[in-house]
Parts: sequence; C-alpha cells; structure tokens
Amino acid sequence: MSTDLINLSAPTIDIRGLVKSYGDNEVLKGIDLSVHAGEVVCVIGPSGSGKSTLLRSVNLLEQPTGGEVLIEGIDVTDPDVDIDRVRTRIGMVFQSFNLFPHMSVLGNLTIAQRQVKKRSKAESDKVAKAMLERVGMAHKADAFPGQLSGGQQQRVAIARALCMNPDMMLFDEPTSALDPELVGEVLQVMRTLADEGMTMMVVTHEMGFAREVGSRLIFMDGGHILEEGDPREVLANPQHQRTKDFLARVL
Amino acid sequence: MALRRTQKQKLYRYTVYVVLIAIVLWVAFTANWAKLGPLFFNPAVAAKMLPSIVTVALVNTLWFTAVAFAGGLLLGVFLALLKMSSIGPFRWIATAWIELFRGLPAILTIFAIGFIVPIAAGVPGTKLGGPVVLGLVGLILVASAYMAETIRAGLQAVPKGQTEAARSLGMSPMKTTFWIVVPQGFRIIIPPLTNEFVLLLKDTSLLFVVGTFIWSKELTTFARDASTQNSNGTPLIMAAILYLIVTIPLTRFTAWLERRMARER
Repeated sequence: MSTDLINLSAPTIDIRGLVKSYGDNEVLKGIDLSVHAGEVVCVIGPSGSGKSTLLRSVNLLEQPTGGEVLIEGIDVTDPDVDIDRVRTRIGMVFQSFNLFPHMSVLGNLTIAQRQVKKRSKAESDKVAKAMLERVGMAHKADAFPGQLSGGQQQRVAIARALCMNPDMMLFDEPTSALDPELVGEVLQVMRTLADEGMTMMVVTHEMGFAREVGSRLIFMDGGHILEEGDPREVLANPQHQRTKDFLARVL
Repeated sequence: MALRRTQKQKLYRYTVYVVLIAIVLWVAFTANWAKLGPLFFNPAVAAKMLPSIVTVALVNTLWFTAVAFAGGLLLGVFLALLKMSSIGPFRWIATAWIELFRGLPAILTIFAIGFIVPIAAGVPGTKLGGPVVLGLVGLILVASAYMAETIRAGLQAVPKGQTEAARSLGMSPMKTTFWIVVPQGFRIIIPPLTNEFVLLLKDTSLLFVVGTFIWSKELTTFARDASTQNSNGTPLIMAAILYLIVTIPLTRFTAWLERRMARER
C-alpha cells in the first residue's frame, strides 16, 4: 500500500481559504471546510452559489485561484503533486453520469483499473463484478451505457468510481438529471454507501436525503458558506434569511 | 369539391412521377441510338480496354487514393492536434496550412508541387521522385487540410464530461486522449472521412497535370487517352461505371453509418 504520503490523522478533505474566480467573476470567496473520515457532508444552495465549483475543486477539476485543498494531508493545489495519483483516492459521480459510451459496462469499470492501477484483466473483472453487485447492476455487465436507464447509468457510474477503492466520494447533483421515479434507486445506493462508512461530499437538491443520511449540511450562497450544522437543525430551524428563503422555495 | 390534404399530397406526388417518366421516355425515344450506341457503348472498343482498364487504371486510382488518404490522415491528425494546442504559434501554423490548401483549387496545388517546387529547389522533378510522387504529395497536402478540420471537429465534439470522468478516475491526459477521446472522436468522423475518401478518389484524376507514364495512368487519364486513340466514347463510359462501382457502396455505407449513429444517440 502507498502509505508514504498519507497522513491518517488529518481530515480527509481540508479546504482552507479557497478562492475561485473566472476573470472578474469570483465564484468562491474564501471557503473553509473540513470533512472527516466517515462524514457525509451535503451541500445545498441556489444555482450559481458555487457549490458545484467547490466540489470540483476538491479533485482539481477546477483549478483554484487561491487557498489550499488538502486531501489526507496532501495539498493538491501544489503543482508538484501527482494529481492523478491523488484522484484515484477520490471517487467522483457526475450529474450527467459521463459513462464512456463506446465501452460496455464492464469496460467502463475496468479501463481505469487496468490503465491506472495496473491490475490484471482477471483481477479488474473480479473487482468490477463485485462493485456491480453492490449497486445491483451485475446483470448488466455486458450492456452498453446507451441501453440503460438514467438510474441504471448512475448506479454504474458509482460502481465505476468504487472500483478504484477510493477513500472518499464526491457526488455532483447525482439525481438532478434523472426522471423522478429513478431517483430512489440511486439514493438507495448512496445511502448504503454512507451506512458502510464512506466519506462523502454530496451536492444535492434532495432535502430528504440530506436530512436522513447527511451528518452535516452546508448552505452556500454567493460563494460563501452561509450556514452549517446538523441537517435536521438547519432544515427545521434555519438561522439566515437567505437560508429560510431558499428552503421555502425548495421544500 | 374540396380535396382532403392527404389526397392533395397524393395527387401532387403522382403528377411528379408522371412528368418524370414522360421526360425519360421522351429522351429514350428521340435519341438517335443507331448513332449513339456505337459511339458510347461499343463492344469492340470495350473488349480492347479489358483487362487493363481494371488491372492498371482502376488499380492505380485505388492505390493513389489509398496513399493520399493515409498520408492526409496522418498529417491531418497532426494538424488537428496543432490547431487545438494551447501554444499560439502552433495554432497559427496549422490555421495557415489549412486555410491555404483548402482555399486553393486542388489542381493548382498539385501543379505547384509538380513544377514550381522542382524549379524553386533547382532540382529536376525526376530527382524528387518523379511525377507520381510529386503529384501524390500535392494530393496529400490538399487532403490533410480538409481532414484536419474534420478530425478537430470530431475530437472537440466529444463532451467535456468524458474527459472529466476519465481524469477523475486518475487517468493521465495522454491516456484520456488515447482511450476515451480519440475512439469517440473517430466514431463521429467516420462518415465525413468516408466522404473525404470519395472526394480524394475523384481528385486522383487531377494527377495528370504533373504528367503520367503508361504504367501510372489512373482511370480518367487512361479513359481519356483511350477515347482519343479510338475516337470513341466507350472508355469514358467504362471509367464512369468503374468509379461508381467504388463510390456508390462507400456513400451508401456512410449513410448507413449515419443512420445507425443517429439511433445510438
């Protein structure tokens, strides 16, 4: 195991003074946030509040303009860090699934195992099948993404991320592109994952999920974290007017 | 009495059919077949053309097309990557190249490579590989410019989410390009590339401008020369049929691919 760089006592994700701007448009205005092992942090907020940008900064899909992002003690904003190696420890699930359409489900789950983790074909197939079993998609191993429903695609996408044996998972509005009747199956997989102790950061509009599964809820607006706390507390008893207005609109 | 809309459409369609059939019949009956037959469909001349119109001319055409296509594709991929580079001068070079060779008539480019380059270099053309090689180089330059744009469009049509998904799994930029972007990009550009192949096949007929040997004649030149020698149009008709035997299956294949891809989306 590659324990040489991992500082086990550090928070899993430690964001310090994170700033992100596109030209004159400052999307993140100094975010401080720590996520500890086993926590499920749900991030809510109106569109344009910077919640997706925050999530995407964790694995450097967005290059921060300022501040630091420490993953298990490693500052990923340091240009000398091998970002590809850090990313194998961070699973990511996208709103639009982003399965590779030219590969079968099994191909989707094995390509990075073979190319990045250098696992043998037999081993990566075995891991892939085990992960498909976990998300209830083992029967579709040979199907192509285009043949699956949105909910099935998203479950495969979760399995794909799990194949790298990540220490944490990022979910970027994982159910927003789904038909209402398909949301449940994806949330169920995420709930199981949370129950098994996975560290998760979830940008979502599913308040029910945030309340029942989240260990912490973060409300973002205008590039700031406005409110943070126990999900039941924040949802039942919001302190800021902006939070109240937002919750009144979505609940 | 007012016609229903479907009836009106039917009436319109049948009128078009009747007019078209009438035109075809009129041409068929008024043409002087006694004169046209021996001129364009002359079995004796046709027999003289075989087998060399196939074994030499068609084979040359296919060879020249294959070489120009392969060369153009390699150079085109390179130009497409240059054009997508984050380094300004690389992009400028690629843009200049593409605009130049797309903007000129292919025949002028081939002519320039065949004659101007040897003069400019002060070396006789035969020392630079002779007319066949020089002509093919010209054709490759033209092909690369068209293909570069097609390839670039194809690679850029691959959604950004695909790259992000691959990178978030820890795949390097090189591996992402090779395993995720290029396979999907090429799937997108197979139809336009097939069209490019058909265009190139026809453009090999321009190679005559740099001069030909008896062994290096492609279909059009072969047929034109034979036509002159025999004072007969039959070789031209035969060449036309041979071109169509190759091009029609290819364009049908493209149409089929496009239909299949539309279904997959």
